[in-house]
Amino acid sequence: MIFGKKRKVVTKLENDGLKAEEKELFCDLPPRTYKGLGKYVEKFLNWARANSLWILGFGTGCGAIELRPLMTARYDMFRYGIAPRPTPRQSSVFIIGGYASIKTIKRIVRSYEQMQSPKFVIALGSCTINGGMYWDSYNTVNRIDYYIPVDIYIAGCMPRPEAIIAGFEALKKRIIAGKAEGANKYAENFSWYKANQKKIIKDWNMPDYNW
Amino acid sequence: MNEIMEQLKQIFKLNEFNQEREDLYFITAEKEQLVSLLTHLRDIHQFTSLIFLQAVDYIEDNLFQLTYMTHNYDKHISLGIRVKIDRQAAEMSSIHHLWEHAETFQRELKELFGIDFPGSPGIDSGFVLEGWEDIPPMRKDFDTVKYAEKTFFPRPGRKTHDPAEYMKNKLYPENN
Repeated sequence: MIFGKKRKVVTKLENDGLKAEEKELFCDLPPRTYKGLGKYVEKFLNWARANSLWILGFGTGCGAIELRPLMTARYDMFRYGIAPRPTPRQSSVFIIGGYASIKTIKRIVRSYEQMQSPKFVIALGSCTINGGMYWDSYNTVNRIDYYIPVDIYIAGCMPRPEAIIAGFEALKKRIIAGKAEGANKYAENFSWYKANQKKIIKDWNMPDYNW
Repeated sequence: MNEIMEQLKQIFKLNEFNQEREDLYFITAEKEQLVSLLTHLRDIHQFTSLIFLQAVDYIEDNLFQLTYMTHNYDKHISLGIRVKIDRQAAEMSSIHHLWEHAETFQRELKELFGIDFPGSPGIDSGFVLEGWEDIPPMRKDFDTVKYAEKTFFPRPGRKTHDPAEYMKNKLYPENN
């Protein structure tokens, strides 16, 4: 008995066969490294970036439930300059909220690529670090940093809102120090990240560059 | 409930009947009679709701056990109908004409257990696993540890302790 379907070979991607003027809506270039505007300007910009962290409101796992109390009066993340945004294109911090399945990592990669640089990733919970209690599952990705670059890991199952605030503070320090270069890392090692993503996402039906 | 059972026994071949709770009963039916039994229960005995359809893999006995859970809202009784089907040629007649939402359950079973329901709408479209190529993951002969180690990138440094040994060492260190 043969199970499963043969891997679908996608010959026509979403930006194929479009008219010339519509083709410009899709970018065919891989991501580029951002060199910066000089030492002192970047220092100022990093300070500004660190103090207005806009998070992507996309609950990718069970840890997303810990983000709701962060927004309420008791923990109140707005006093740290952190605000949720509805779309990837407006946000600078992507929070991976716990375990990611293969189906989710496809959406995670797509959302991450749609975000504008500079972009930062916080991964919550032990599942994102090494798979946590689901490490031997057929569907749980063990290490998020093999698919997208991660700036800060917050350990716990799940971390409390206080721990998440501490994680944001650590991220701020990293940004001000100029070490949060995730987007550049992704651009430099683009083929390695793509190879890892394609290893687990079997029905790859999206363009390689689509932001 | 016993009256219903007596009436059913005259028409269908039912093997086991057990009561788990005051309002929860299970019967085991024959594979061929299942659709007519469910139709009979739905139309005559008011078991109008299909709550779930689930499968259990009994790899030792080489069979799958399907459980169709129905509910009677007049008497507030749940009745589970168990059917045993062969594991090798796992195939079952579809009941999507009785309850439309059964097609979702059947799609799930097709993907996670490899049980086919010919004629069920959209049975071959994916449910949760996108582009799965291995044997269905909920079958017991599927080795999840091996698959995870092969597919994902395990982070080195994971330790496992035997819980009994670990607690013994921790609670009674003087014995070692």
